[in-house]
Amino acid sequence: MSGNRRGLATPLVALLLFWLVGYPLVLTLAEALGAPHWTLDHVLEFARRRAEWSALWASLWISVATVVLAAAIGVPLAFVFERNEFPGRGLLGTLVALPVALPPLIGVLAFLFLYGESGFVSRGVQALFHLAEPPWRLAGPGAILLVHAYSMYVYFYMFTRAGLARLDGSLLEAAASLGASRARVARSVTLPLLAPALSAAALLTFMTSLASFSAPYVFGGSFRVMTTQIVASKLNGDTALAMVETVTLALVGLAGLWLLRRAEGARPATGGVRGIAPRRRELGARRRWAAAVAGWGLTIFLLAPHATLILVSLVPRNTWTTETLPPVLSLGNYRSLFSEAERLRPIVNSLWMASAATALAILLGFGAASLAARRKDRWAGLIEGLVAAPWALPGTVFAIALAAAFSVDAPWAGRFVLVGTAAILPLGYLVRSLPLTGRAAFAGLRQMDPALEEAAASLGASRLRRLRRIVLPQVRPAIVAGASLAFLAALGDFVVSIVLYTYDTRPISIEILSSLRIQEIGVAAAYGVLLTVLSAAAFLVWGRRGSV
Amino acid sequence: MSDFLRLEGLEKRFGSTAVTRGVSLSAARGEIVALLGPSGSGKTTVLRLVAGFETPDAGRIVVEGEDVTALAPERRRFGMVFQHYALFPHMTAGENVGFGLAAQGARAAETRGRVAEMLALAGLSGFENRRVAEISGGQQQRVALARALAPSPRVLLLDEPLSNLDPTLREHTRRELKRAIRKVSITTLFVTHEQEEAFELGDRVAVLDHGRLEQIGTPEELFERPATRFVATFIGRSSVVPVAWDGGARIPGGPLWPAVAGAPLAPGAAGDLVVRPEALAFAAAARPDAVPGSVTERRFAGRVAYFRVATAAGELEVLAAPDAAAVGDRVLVVPEPSGPAPRVFPRMP
Repeated sequence: MSGNRRGLATPLVALLLFWLVGYPLVLTLAEALGAPHWTLDHVLEFARRRAEWSALWASLWISVATVVLAAAIGVPLAFVFERNEFPGRGLLGTLVALPVALPPLIGVLAFLFLYGESGFVSRGVQALFHLAEPPWRLAGPGAILLVHAYSMYVYFYMFTRAGLARLDGSLLEAAASLGASRARVARSVTLPLLAPALSAAALLTFMTSLASFSAPYVFGGSFRVMTTQIVASKLNGDTALAMVETVTLALVGLAGLWLLRRAEGARPATGGVRGIAPRRRELGARRRWAAAVAGWGLTIFLLAPHATLILVSLVPRNTWTTETLPPVLSLGNYRSLFSEAERLRPIVNSLWMASAATALAILLGFGAASLAARRKDRWAGLIEGLVAAPWALPGTVFAIALAAAFSVDAPWAGRFVLVGTAAILPLGYLVRSLPLTGRAAFAGLRQMDPALEEAAASLGASRLRRLRRIVLPQVRPAIVAGASLAFLAALGDFVVSIVLYTYDTRPISIEILSSLRIQEIGVAAAYGVLLTVLSAAAFLVWGRRGSV
Repeated sequence: MSDFLRLEGLEKRFGSTAVTRGVSLSAARGEIVALLGPSGSGKTTVLRLVAGFETPDAGRIVVEGEDVTALAPERRRFGMVFQHYALFPHMTAGENVGFGLAAQGARAAETRGRVAEMLALAGLSGFENRRVAEISGGQQQRVALARALAPSPRVLLLDEPLSNLDPTLREHTRRELKRAIRKVSITTLFVTHEQEEAFELGDRVAVLDHGRLEQIGTPEELFERPATRFVATFIGRSSVVPVAWDGGARIPGGPLWPAVAGAPLAPGAAGDLVVRPEALAFAAAARPDAVPGSVTERRFAGRVAYFRVATAAGELEVLAAPDAAAVGDRVLVVPEPSGPAPRVFPRMP
C-alpha cells in the first residue's frame, strides 16, 4: 500500500529512536575523544596501559572459548533429543533448556552456592577426605567459562534442535539411497544444512559472552574483561577512560557481528521447500535405558544449581557454619522479604521498572515496526537499524552511554539530568528491551499475509479497525513473546543497573549483591528464587506463544 | 453497451518497469470479464489498481459514472477474493463473512441473517462456527467468495480464484462460482492464466501481454478472429510458419494457401502464418495446394488426434481422425476450408 500518507510519523519515530539509542552512543564517542576540547589523549592513555590490552584480550578469548564449549555441549544434546525416542524425552528436552530462563546473576549465585569454596560440593569433598582447607576456589577464567558454558549451551541446543526439526527428511533419505554412509550424510548433508542455525547460535553466544558481566564481576577477581574493566574505571571516577573502553568494546561487538554476518552471507541459500520431517530413531531396549539414565543424570546436574538456590534460601542467618548440610531450615528469609519495608522495596522497584520499560518497549517497538516493516526506503532501514542496535552492543556500553548522555542539563541539545532519578533505570531497560519487542513486531508483521489487511480494507474496514481486528490479533503472539523476553531481561538486569542505580531505585539484582556482601546468603538466595520464579513465568508465556 | 465499470488508460510502473501500459476496458452491469495472460503480463496489477491497493501513475477508474481512482480501498465498495483467500485465521467462517457487514454498521441480527444467506449461497450452510483452518481448500475458497459478496459490493474482483485448488476440485468449484456470481448478477473482473477458465467463466475475455491489452472479446471472437499474433498463438493451439504475403500465404517453395491478413501487409512482405490444427487436413492424393511432410508425433485425444508433421516450410499440427496416419508416415497437408481462417501477421523482428 502507498506509504505517503504516513507523513511526519516516520521521521518523528526515527528521531525518537535516535535520541534513545544513537545519540547516547555519539555522545560517548565524543567524550572518549575529549569533547569539547577534542584530543586523542584518552585513547593514547588507553593504548599505553597493559591492563587494558589484557582485558580486551580476555574478553575475546573468553568469548571464543565459550562458543566452543557451548557448541560442544549443546549440539550433541540437540541430536540426542531430536533424533532419538526414549522415555522422558519430551519433559527432559524442555528441562534442558531451563538455564536460559535463569537471569545471569542468579546462575552465578547458584554456582557459587553449589561449587564455590563454601558450596555444597566443595564442603562435601572436604568432609569426605577430611581436608583442612576447601579443595578448590571457584575463581578466575575457569569459573567464568564454567558458568558461561552452563548458561549458553542452551543457544546451541535450541537452534540446533530447531534446525534439525526443519530439516527436510527426504534430503537425508535421498543421500542414503545414493549410498552415503551415516557419517557422510551427517558431514555432507546435515551439517551444511544446519550451518545457518549453528552460525546464528555462535553469533548469539559470542555476543552474549562478550557482554557478560555477572560472572566476570563475581568470579573474576583480578582477572578483568572489558565489561568489568569499564565499570571499574567508572567507579574509580576515570570517566574519560571508561568512555574509551566503552567505545572499544562496542567496536569489538560490531566487528564480531560483521564477521559472522559476512560468514553467513557467503553461504549459498538452502532450498525453502519443506518436505517431510526426519524420523526419530527408535532405540533398542538397552540403549533406550542408557539414553534415559544419561538424560535424567544430565537433568539432575543441570537442575542442581536451582535446587541449591532453593535450599540456601531456607537457611536462616548465622545458622550454617562448618556443617556439610545446613542444620536449620525455615521460611524466615521469605517472610522478611515481604514484611520488612526495606527488603520489599527492591522487589517493588524491579517489578514496576521492568513493567514500565516493557510497556514502552512494546509501544515503541510495534510503532516502529508498523511504520517500517513493509517498506524498503532509507527511513525504514534507519528505523530497523536503530531498533536492533542495542542487541548488537553489550549492556555495559549502553549503561555508560546513557550515564554520559543524561547527566548534563542541556534541553536545547536534547539532554536532561536523569541520572539519579527514578526515570533512568526504566529508560536503560527500555533501550535494552527494544530489540526484543521491536524485532518480534517486525517479524510478526512480515510473517502476516499482507492480503489479510487488504481483504479487510476491501470489506470497508477503516485503518483503526484493521489495526484492532486484523493486525493486532495476528502479531499479538509475536509481540507477547518478545515482551515476555523483554520483561525477563529487565527484571533480572544487573549490567545496566549497577551503573545507573541509586539507593532508592535499587532493583533485586543489586540487593542480592549487597546481601551477599554482608553475608546474608539466605536472603540473597531467597531473592534469587523469587527472581527465578518470576522469570520462569515470563519464560513460560514466551514458550507458549512460540519462539520469535 | 452501457459501461458500468470503465478503466481508462491505466499506467503503472514499479521503479523503471512499466507493468501496465495504457490499459482501457469496460464492463457492462452484471458482465463477467476475464483478464487472461501469461505471468508477468500485468493482469494482477490491473486488478489491484481497480481494487485500490495500488495507485495508477496515469489513467482513471470509473464506476457508475463516479471516478474512484483516488478513493481508498475501504471506500470503494468493491469485493475481492484473493488468490490465497486471505481468510482471517483468528476468526470463524461466520465471523469472516460478517466482517464487512460490521464495517457498514449492520446490527447483530441483520449480520447473522446475511451471513447465513451468503454461506447458503456458497453451499456452506451451517458453517458459521467452523474455524478457518478446519475447512478444506475448496470450502475456504467459497467462504472467501461469501465474505466478498456479503456487503453487496458494486464490483467483484477475483485474483486467480481457482489456482489453489487441485484439478479435480477446480472444475466443480468453477461451475459453483459461476452459478453464485450469476445468481447475484454482479459485475465481475477476474484474473486467470488459464484459457479454459477464462472461456468458461468470462462473458468476455481481455488478453494482456507485457502490460498491454492485446484484445478483448468473446471467446469465439478471440478464437476465430485474433487481433494480434500474440492472441493468435496464446489462445488455442496453432502452428506458426514463415510465409510471404501474396493475397494469401505463400509457403516458401510451395503453394499459396488462403489466409487473412491479421494486420496491414504489403504484397511480398515477410509474414508469419498462424494456423490452427482444425484448419489443416491430410489429402489422400496429390493436389496443387498440398505440402508434403512426415509425421513425427501423434497425440491421441478420443475421437480425434493431433499429428505433428515436419515439412520443408516448418512444423505443422494437423487435426484428423485417430487412424488417419501413423508416426513416420509420409503425408500431404492441405488447408481445411471449414476450419478457422488462417492469419498472416507481420514477421516479428
